[in-house]
Amino acid sequence: MNDSYLETLRAALAQVSGFIYPNELELQWSILIVLYPYITGLVAGAFILASLERVFNVKSVKPTYRLSLLVALAFLLIAPLPLQVHLGHPERAFEIFMTPNTSSAMAMFGFVYIWYLMVVLLVEIWLDYRREIVLWSKSETFWPKRLFYKLLTFGVDNISPRSLEIDEKIGRALTVIGLPSAVLLHGYVGFIFGSIKANPWWSTPLMPIIFLFSAMASGIAGVLLFYMFLCWLRDEPIDMPCIDTVAKFFLTALIVAFSLEMLETLQTAYEAEEHFDIIALLVEGKLYFSMIFVQILMGSLTPMFLLGLAQLFDLPEKVRKVFYGASAVLSLVGIFAMRWNVVVGGQFFSKSLRGFTTYKMEFAGREGLLSAIVLAILPLFVLAGLLYLLPPWGERAGKESATS
Amino acid sequence: MNPINRRQFLKTAALTFLAFAGRALAAPLAAAEKFFHEPPWRRKKPYWGYAVDITKCIGCGRCADACKTENEIPREPFYFRTWVERYILRRSGEVAVDSPNGGIDGYPPPRDPESIAQSFFVPKLCNHCEHSPCEQVCPVGATFKTEDGVVLVDRKYCIGCRYCIQACPYGCRYFHPTLQVADKCTLCYHRIKNGKRPACVENCPTGARMFGDLSDPEGALTKFRESERTQVLKPHMGTEPKLVYKGLDKEVR
Repeated sequence: MNDSYLETLRAALAQVSGFIYPNELELQWSILIVLYPYITGLVAGAFILASLERVFNVKSVKPTYRLSLLVALAFLLIAPLPLQVHLGHPERAFEIFMTPNTSSAMAMFGFVYIWYLMVVLLVEIWLDYRREIVLWSKSETFWPKRLFYKLLTFGVDNISPRSLEIDEKIGRALTVIGLPSAVLLHGYVGFIFGSIKANPWWSTPLMPIIFLFSAMASGIAGVLLFYMFLCWLRDEPIDMPCIDTVAKFFLTALIVAFSLEMLETLQTAYEAEEHFDIIALLVEGKLYFSMIFVQILMGSLTPMFLLGLAQLFDLPEKVRKVFYGASAVLSLVGIFAMRWNVVVGGQFFSKSLRGFTTYKMEFAGREGLLSAIVLAILPLFVLAGLLYLLPPWGERAGKESATS
Repeated sequence: MNPINRRQFLKTAALTFLAFAGRALAAPLAAAEKFFHEPPWRRKKPYWGYAVDITKCIGCGRCADACKTENEIPREPFYFRTWVERYILRRSGEVAVDSPNGGIDGYPPPRDPESIAQSFFVPKLCNHCEHSPCEQVCPVGATFKTEDGVVLVDRKYCIGCRYCIQACPYGCRYFHPTLQVADKCTLCYHRIKNGKRPACVENCPTGARMFGDLSDPEGALTKFRESERTQVLKPHMGTEPKLVYKGLDKEVR
């Protein structure tokens, strides 16, 4: 038994207000479970942005296409880690694949994840890069890298126009499958919470769709930010028509997500069922800062205002860049707060609807702040590695010479 | 195989449509008759149930204490398989609920006794729901319902994701700090399998806690359920608890 943790819980007893069932003192899903839907959200959002170009032929977002896929992959590779670290018996995690309980939303995780990673994302990225991989496997001078590309060709070095055309066709078909898969991946995460009837703060059929649209907003914000940062880093001009279009989709996703959230809030307040009093106290008290201030005011209304200004007025390029960047940062913070408010907020109040428990976050423990920060930064390192191995920027020149 | 021609296709489509249409006309007429579900204890024997007579509970907490001893539950005041809540309803309409250390060490004397309209104790434990949400959400099937109706956790199988703790509307589960698995009331399965009663029932001095076989028409529990008006906790959840209460107040959740 971890004595310091028990000591934390004993201290938390004094922080309880009102009545809670005795077993409710311990907050079961920690900051790591806040991180999980946040990271999967970025994956789904980035992928949906990528499919804009492929499926819906929004050509102006082309410069972000490959970057979006790589961002999605980097975050997807890390996504299961917070879950894994959180488990009481991580060594039994594989049972989710081996003996899934078909009535459990969580058991579907393994299958949705594997499907999305193996079938959709990896194959799509491979197809899109295949031509370059073949070229790199011949031209690369640094031998370990050359070997890596050689392995990635799987022994196929046919890059005739005909075979590239087939690649393009399969790639498009994959994106068409991938789009609902990305929706499924994140919709299912929302369903994990939305299907818990015991918790009135979670239990709503809108949950998957709220998660989905906020995921789109966060994914688009993430890619937008990475794109602008990488342009700055590589001393390249930012493609303004591209980020103008991305900002438009960003604003749309924000508006839809925010409207759904407010609709849900309004409905709860208007119906004012048994649980309404405790929910109102929750929002006015423990969640005031993270919900009213960070999520709504800072993370939703401010970016909507800034992006709206950029739409309505003919602002100079420099101002637009600042507005887009600021909106992206703000909504990334706001959406993290939204995940926090759902996951942790939903555990603050007792299911007896008579009181609140508290959350004492550890710093260095397995589920502490430190591991959360490490897990949040890890995808950035993975992304850096991916950018090194599969640079997305040569693409336009490559594609053009291939078609000419 | 011959390819289906247009006539055959249309014929099949029309028949399918007619079948659905016929069903659509007939279904509403028979709908109400489907309300009745035969309880599982008509088919399975034995099938364990539990009842609490709130009017008999004196809040001594011996049940919660015995449970901790019998099942080796950590003695911390936030891990319980069963606990006793005290309700104080004041004339002003104010409702105060407490359960210090699950009721094991007694309760502090209430302030201003004159203002109390009524007060009572409510023992709580796993409801052994017929449609248990904890069993539904367990990703690996570590939580399961036995043939005799008891909801159990397989400690060697539980991965410790805690989804079941979130899904239980009654707060009856906790995360075992040493075993790192979800834990809950087993109705003392090791005892009832050997013909004994659960420790909490055994130790209740007033007979407020009752345990028995629902499939036995002459059993004490069946007689109690037939003769008394009982209620379950949070019936709107549709979990169909096999734990019923006599004398339940609307303030109890």
